[in-house]
Amino acid sequence: MNKNMQKSLIKIIIALILFVITSVINFNNHLINNIIFIISYIIVGYSVILKAVKNILRGKVFDENFLMTIATIGAFCISEFPEAVAVMLFYQVGEWFQSYAVDKSRKSIASLMDIRPDYANVCREEIIKVSPEEVDVDEVILIRPGEKIPLDGIVTKGTSTLNTLALTGEAIPKRVKEGDEVLSGSINNDGILKVKVTKVFTESTVSKILDLVENASSRRSKSENFISKFAKYYTPIVVVIAIMLAIIPPLLIENATFSDWLYRALSFLVVSCPCALVISIPLSFFGGIGAASKIGALVKGSNYLEALSQTETIVCDKTGTLTEGVFKVGKIEAIGYSEAELLRYAAYAENHSNHPISISIKEAYNKKIDEKLVTNTKEISGKGLISQVNKHTVLIGNEKLMNEYKITFTKNQGIGTIIYIAIDNKFAGTITIADEIKKDAYKAINLFKENGIKKIVMLTGDKENISKEVADKLGIDEYHAELLPQDKVTETEKLMRKKAPNSKLVFIGDGINDAPVLALSDIGVAMGGLGSDAAIEAADVVIMTDEPSKLATAIKISRKTMKIVKQNIIFAISVKIIVLMLSAFGLATMWAAVFADVGVSVLAILNALRILRIKNIE
Amino acid sequence: MKKYKLKIKGLDCANCASELESHLQKIDIIDNVSISFMTENLIFECLEENINAALEKIKKVIRKKEPDAYIEG
Repeated sequence: MNKNMQKSLIKIIIALILFVITSVINFNNHLINNIIFIISYIIVGYSVILKAVKNILRGKVFDENFLMTIATIGAFCISEFPEAVAVMLFYQVGEWFQSYAVDKSRKSIASLMDIRPDYANVCREEIIKVSPEEVDVDEVILIRPGEKIPLDGIVTKGTSTLNTLALTGEAIPKRVKEGDEVLSGSINNDGILKVKVTKVFTESTVSKILDLVENASSRRSKSENFISKFAKYYTPIVVVIAIMLAIIPPLLIENATFSDWLYRALSFLVVSCPCALVISIPLSFFGGIGAASKIGALVKGSNYLEALSQTETIVCDKTGTLTEGVFKVGKIEAIGYSEAELLRYAAYAENHSNHPISISIKEAYNKKIDEKLVTNTKEISGKGLISQVNKHTVLIGNEKLMNEYKITFTKNQGIGTIIYIAIDNKFAGTITIADEIKKDAYKAINLFKENGIKKIVMLTGDKENISKEVADKLGIDEYHAELLPQDKVTETEKLMRKKAPNSKLVFIGDGINDAPVLALSDIGVAMGGLGSDAAIEAADVVIMTDEPSKLATAIKISRKTMKIVKQNIIFAISVKIIVLMLSAFGLATMWAAVFADVGVSVLAILNALRILRIKNIE
Repeated sequence: MKKYKLKIKGLDCANCASELESHLQKIDIIDNVSISFMTENLIFECLEENINAALEKIKKVIRKKEPDAYIEG
């Protein structure tokens, strides 16, 4: 609570005590009662009146201070003393509560994004604490346990585990050692690290993320634009009706008293402020964006959050998005040898090669290779290689290699990349290398379906049979294989034409070679955003980890946000209209009007804050 | 055009923020003005050589339309 809020709280309490005493005890003397009412009115309301006067001098008429002043002074004029004080008092209570709620939500949203490092320990002549902006590239910084990593860099000394929860929403700590890249915004858990800075602060990951999330509210959603338009017309219209209400009926209707209709008109003025809507809608979006960034999905604007809730089609890239994007030894079929023996021969033969497939075979073997046993390795471009392993000749490669050396072999029809091996000119079996489906991909597809996504399409440049297998396993309805990058664009265009109007198409990819499709789709989602500048730039939503299921969670958050937005719009507008009608017919008191103004604001804000409480949304 | 971000404090309510925003949009040398009541950010684009003039104009509009608000720092 800041000083201003404390002060106004004290004023409210004093005025409230005076008001209650006078109402309950009643001094049996109108004059004394009224004087005390006026005193408490001035205590609680003078700041409002002062502001109203200032605003009129600046030509700003329809502002809420002015409206409240007119309404309460009007009430005094028709001798409704308690009413006048109560309206001002509860207006101030509501305002106070509103600023309290805003303050609180500002803080809780700020804490969601509390990844900004305050300082860096830079090693110059001695270790000094400076602000992260002052550190240059190639300087060395020291990070102690419990401290935030202030700038991106490479570990030069020490090992530790990092908590990347704030960046990725991922609770599993990440191990780092010398030579590893570390990203700003993660927290150093246990060891002391020395890090050589590779990016200045403004280009570090943490700055980019903060920038992205803080700027998100400047891209407004349709709902927000609707509310600003509504607010622009609502107040003047209500005020004009109020004026007519005070003047016309007393002239036209017999027995109508001016003071009665003035009272009704004054109630109108109290309800005429659109603040409940104007504050709660952006707050809801802001909360939704905050909640999404907490799980590691950065949404670049309220408009995208709104659009996500209307997702009908999800188009996925395959390699790197649904699959790991790394090769792994799958099935080994050995003939005349054991599987382990075959793998051993293969790993030895591939010892000198750095081809991704060789690496995956060596990884699968996972034992030390005695280099003395491998001689005469010769690569046969585009086919494979030939090696002497422990006095045996090993041929390892594709079908073409077998044909070239006239080896009789049986063709393997399996799915993936097939490696054929011959030992001493005799076919010895095959190793199938496959790109594995991510465990999270199963979860993602299921969640998409559970969330009512009508169509899931996979686009890939990979071979037909591999794509079919992945699509079948995951339960994807539609896939298009063997696509060139430009084909992906044409396919996406087709899908964009097919979807229902007002529904949205989301493309999710790992950000490599996806830029045209990311731009083309309604919402482009890039995965594994950490470290890839191009993806952060091109996408509308950035998922910080490599889990596609985060998209499902983001869609869920967007739907919840939109639900709350709609609730608030309907609730606030209908309460206001009902109270306006009731007071026009003389059925509502000014108390109800005060509720329709500040009460509704407070309730709408509290409703909006529920978004921040989405914890285990999955 | 370069993007600038300022902290704007002391805004009364969200409505005042959006009104102030529409007044600031009338300044000719700045573009894409937006005020977020929640983050208290004032974001705009402006040519680098015009930034001082732009700041003066922005402050003038704020003084006139929302005297309780002020740019921090």
